[in-house]
Amino acid sequence: MKAVCWMGANKMSVETVPDPEILNPRDAIVRISSTCICGSDLHLYNGLIPTMEQGDIMGHEFMGEVVETGNGISKDKLKVGDRVVVPFTIACGKCFFCQRKLWSCCENSNPNYWMAEKMMGHSPSGLFGYTHMLGGYAGGQAQYARVPFADVGPLKIPAEISDDKVVFLSDIFPTGYYGAVNCDIQPGDTVAIWGCGPVGQFAIRSAFMLGAERVIAIDRFQYRLKMAEEGGAETVNYEEVDDVVQTLKEMTANIGPDSCMDAVGMEAHGNNLLSLVDSAKQTLKIETDRPTVLRQCIQACRKAGTVSVPGVYSGFADTIPMGAFMNKGLTMKTGQTHMMSYMQPLLERIQKDEIDPSFVISHRVSIDEAPEMYKTFRDKKDDCTKVVLDPWANVKAA
Amino acid sequence: MNHSDSSYNRSSDYNNVRSQEDSIEDFVNQVLPRDWSPAARRWAPIAAGGALALIGLSRKSAFGFTLAAAGAALAYFGSRTSEAQTESVARGSVLLNCSPEEAYGRYRNFEDLPTFMHHLQSVTKIGERQYRWVARGPFEIPVQWDAEVFDEKVGESISWHSMPDSPITMEGSVRFTTSPANRGTVLTSVTRFDHPASDLARTFAKLLGKDPSFLMQQDLRRFKALIETGEIPTTEGQSHGRRSAFDKALEGLDPDSSKRSTSRMTETLNETWRTA
Repeated sequence: MKAVCWMGANKMSVETVPDPEILNPRDAIVRISSTCICGSDLHLYNGLIPTMEQGDIMGHEFMGEVVETGNGISKDKLKVGDRVVVPFTIACGKCFFCQRKLWSCCENSNPNYWMAEKMMGHSPSGLFGYTHMLGGYAGGQAQYARVPFADVGPLKIPAEISDDKVVFLSDIFPTGYYGAVNCDIQPGDTVAIWGCGPVGQFAIRSAFMLGAERVIAIDRFQYRLKMAEEGGAETVNYEEVDDVVQTLKEMTANIGPDSCMDAVGMEAHGNNLLSLVDSAKQTLKIETDRPTVLRQCIQACRKAGTVSVPGVYSGFADTIPMGAFMNKGLTMKTGQTHMMSYMQPLLERIQKDEIDPSFVISHRVSIDEAPEMYKTFRDKKDDCTKVVLDPWANVKAA
Repeated sequence: MNHSDSSYNRSSDYNNVRSQEDSIEDFVNQVLPRDWSPAARRWAPIAAGGALALIGLSRKSAFGFTLAAAGAALAYFGSRTSEAQTESVARGSVLLNCSPEEAYGRYRNFEDLPTFMHHLQSVTKIGERQYRWVARGPFEIPVQWDAEVFDEKVGESISWHSMPDSPITMEGSVRFTTSPANRGTVLTSVTRFDHPASDLARTFAKLLGKDPSFLMQQDLRRFKALIETGEIPTTEGQSHGRRSAFDKALEGLDPDSSKRSTSRMTETLNETWRTA
């Protein structure tokens, strides 16, 4: 089959590799119909997260048809022919955490848990196509994928809904929604969201679904701010203001937003001195993460408010304003999304036409064009917001 | 079994923070002749290291500086050597989402231990309470010993030790206790054994991060996955693109990447599911 492989920093390549096989009783094999490039894949593309190996298959946002199941999967859970969206987190459904619906903290799905423990103390669940530290599972930017614990994660999709409407249930829609859930939104609340990429876009719409009065969206790309406006947000282009924190105060009667969301993560850009220092340190590998946005969230948030962090961080970040965080009595909520709790309710919202997630798609290309699209997406060229890959385009029936 | 307090404390060093220093210390330890007195074993590396450092510093060159650093390191680690260590202790614990009785039942079936203990080749029942253990030693050399269960309380604990005529002296015990508020069962395990392999092999294994407690914890995590989910998570045998020569070499060095144990594991698991 064809698969997008990580061949080193800034090097993606479409390789022909063996088709995946069932390795464990609760595995399934999915023939992929749609798969996407995620903003978090760009951290890997840029070579900023350790424990990638040359040849690793990328991708954690995919859907398709079940073509094989292991003998540990019961037919009423999943069977050959089912059309499914596969969540990017892998969960066993049986451990202490899964039984408390903390799916992304699953204890049993990461065979390389000890690598993550060295860096983080404990290991989160395994993820598709996202470093050996987080499982080393082959990803879904390919024609087929092996899905472990397939009786827990994959969500069955009725035939009448198009791929474009549901494929983002694999990550970014639930992740934006979970970011909004973590904002603990109360009636009348103002939510500020840094980052108007796809997760930020879904977070804006989710914040309104959860009862936010106002959403303020912050970015520097006009095409993304325009999309945020279409979702009902007020917008701030941080390159056009002197000080984001001050601007947000002015917009909120000097109180500050009730919740601040970092939908950017470890590769934040900024226009102040500290963000230049971060860039230098990241290049020199003495700081893994550039926390410009996290700092601003803490500074801007109203007293006793909530900071929500769906943006990906991998290691260590410097100069976090802990004084502000402590003295203002803030709460921070974060984590990889507990996917299995949100996929079904969000599918129902799509079925009721409350939202059509396909609005974020800017590019539809064949898998062969994936390496080029990584570059376009990274450099924010061609108004690139979201890339959907067709693994079978330009391919004769196999 | 007699063991000094210092060796006990060091081996139970849970966080493994000092493992690299320990490895160098072990290395210094084993190059020294066994029949020297403890004082000689302690002072020889300090004297030799000190001399090297002086010679190195007197050269005033890059090479001299390196020599001085090496000498200083030798003296430092020499100053920390204790009595020769031939015994090691492995400890581990996990929380299992099942009853103590179920955990006990699965663990007590010793012949199935190799399913999740990847360094074991086989465990065979040879008497009412006696078992023959065959382990994959360093460099894939099989190591064998006989042990008997000398104490057990159903659903609570199992203790075993090697038989008097066994070539290897070891003892092990495992306890199952209920965690409060229905959080499951806490399994704690301790094994002490004399090293069957050479000290060099042990140091080599340790340099790869394979100290006994680390290996035991990996075994216990596999046991946990098996008992909770019915399988052990793996990526062995999945597809990937071209690997670099460096990654391939690393895989070859890692005893845990042995395909053999994985295929055995897969067979056992499939058998379990067929009969379930």
